[in-house]
Amino acid sequence: MKHDTTKNNTQIFVLPAQVPLLSRAGWAVFLFALLVVGVLAPVLNLLVPEGHVLHLSDYAVGLIGKIMCYAICALAIDLIWGYSGILSLGHGLFFALGGYVMGMYLMRQIGVDGNYKSELPDFMVFLDWKELPWHWSLSDSFAATLLLVVLVPGFVAFVFGYFAFRSQIKGVYFSIITQALTFAALLLFFRNETGFGGNNGFTDFKRILDLPIATTGMRMTLFVLTGTILLAFYVGARWLVRSKFGRILQAIRDAESRVTFCGYNPLPYKLTIWTISAVMCGIAGALYVPQVGIINPSEMSTANSIEMAIWAAVGGRATLIGPIVGAFIVNGAKSWLTVAFPEFWLYVLGAMFIVVTLYMPAGVVGLVRKGLAKFGKGGAA
Amino acid sequence: MIPSQMAAGAERLAKYKQARARENTLSGGRTAGFSRIAVPGEVDLTHGRILYLEDVHVSFDGFKAINGLSLDIAPGELRCIIGPNGAGKTTMMDIITGKTRPDSGQVFFGSTINLLRHREAEIAAMGIGRKFQKPTVFEHLSVFENLELALACDKRVWASLSFTLNGEERDRLYSVLSTILLLDSAARQAGTLSHGQKQWLEIGMLLMQEPQLLLLDEPVAGMTDEETERTAELFLRLKGKHSLMVVEHDMAFIRAISEKITVLCDGAVLAEGTLDQVQADERVIEVYLGR
Repeated sequence: MKHDTTKNNTQIFVLPAQVPLLSRAGWAVFLFALLVVGVLAPVLNLLVPEGHVLHLSDYAVGLIGKIMCYAICALAIDLIWGYSGILSLGHGLFFALGGYVMGMYLMRQIGVDGNYKSELPDFMVFLDWKELPWHWSLSDSFAATLLLVVLVPGFVAFVFGYFAFRSQIKGVYFSIITQALTFAALLLFFRNETGFGGNNGFTDFKRILDLPIATTGMRMTLFVLTGTILLAFYVGARWLVRSKFGRILQAIRDAESRVTFCGYNPLPYKLTIWTISAVMCGIAGALYVPQVGIINPSEMSTANSIEMAIWAAVGGRATLIGPIVGAFIVNGAKSWLTVAFPEFWLYVLGAMFIVVTLYMPAGVVGLVRKGLAKFGKGGAA
Repeated sequence: MIPSQMAAGAERLAKYKQARARENTLSGGRTAGFSRIAVPGEVDLTHGRILYLEDVHVSFDGFKAINGLSLDIAPGELRCIIGPNGAGKTTMMDIITGKTRPDSGQVFFGSTINLLRHREAEIAAMGIGRKFQKPTVFEHLSVFENLELALACDKRVWASLSFTLNGEERDRLYSVLSTILLLDSAARQAGTLSHGQKQWLEIGMLLMQEPQLLLLDEPVAGMTDEETERTAELFLRLKGKHSLMVVEHDMAFIRAISEKITVLCDGAVLAEGTLDQVQADERVIEVYLGR
């Protein structure tokens, strides 16, 4: 008899079900976003004639494409900061590494159409180099470039992360070291003899996959590609954080010693998410360069990396949609303000960061959610 | 060799085997021979000791936190550790769990596992669970998720990426949830629990690991009287199945669960015995009352 009751209890008591990857509404929004990026935007840009109200200008396509690259970075920062509690102020490095790998390929695609009509990139002719340095040897192949876009930032992040996490470097010390690493790389890339074009970097791209790069069609293709990758990364990140792996990351963020005493070794967990995050940034960089048409060491400047953290903070940490929203808000404001009131932009950025940190710890998304909850309660009552 | 000798030999062997079978004990009839095979990861309890510390010394910048500590615990025992502040109770737990390395001395888990050779996560995986002085649970995860993380299973990254609970594990989660009286709060965020409930959740997380030895640092600190009483009941139920080492200041609680008590002072064992014996000990009185 007693046994029966317990059995019934077990059946009645349902352990909390696993959260679905995306809710029904979530999938609807996701598909809508995919349609906007993949169908609506190309139609409005390519088919609707210029001057029509609904026409999407090339300028807007370039701007949104660029911001979507930034949104990927913000998402990457959120995985490592919002979910794992590791604040990186050096993700600009991984972004730039991905960008430079792509830039090298694009430089080789110029062929003999450069200013000096040489086989070699212009800056090498200018430096009086006679042959391609060894680290450019794979830059002719697009397939190798795609591979290196993933491998180079991934490898750098893996090696750096291994030593940093093994030495149990945490919190603000880790942030400072990532910042220092990025600054060291900046200085290295500035030098002419490292073969990355010095302070001018790479620019004047002409072709990608032997197709002209500065056409509306190519711009749209890159736009669609960036948007799709952003959405794919969003779903991927969502899958990661709702797996047990993601919960362990949050556990490491909240109480690392307890995780250790539960029998987990935090090192491989941190290292995995750190490397994934760096690779995402690298891919964002590789998508950014052909759209913007330039890559130079200023991408590694400390301000850039800090800005990435600000996007995530403004949008809302530890929510995946937050950083994407944050990247759009901050960069949208930036592109408007730097035209309208150029001298005030940095003050606005600083103020934004302070206000968010002090009054909106969950960011814009947190604020909206709170508002919705209140509204829902008010409606019910 | 003639057939009669062979027959005699076979008879002797059979007798020997019979004798061995009769001597079959809890340890499987094994004796402490040099030829015994130590199975990696298996806790060898043939000597009747699950934890064994001998002459352990630790000093921090010249301060001798542990000074010649020797202590051993039997399987299934519930041992209370008391002692004034700074006696080295927490440091002792740090040593056992691999957080602190002693300057000298020996620390064994069972008869074969030298704990000084392992790291924290390995020690935890081998079956030593620890509850901290301050309750540490994963505040942003639900009670259920907290327990799920503590579940004894493959703790590597790949395994975690594709992890789903099976029926047996669900039953286990259910039974632990009911043991720690948090069935109704399974979906609640751990950060919203009361202090006492957090303590229970942490104990529950230890139980999920199915540890053989539980180290509990002040488990009833901040609990109400009722909660303390229930915790005492819980510990008495765990005794026998698990070995427990409880550090506590609450004398009423110790009286409720006490079996054998060890008094630590200045990093060494001062006295050992039942609560009454210990309380009657001159040196203990001196240490506690400062006479």
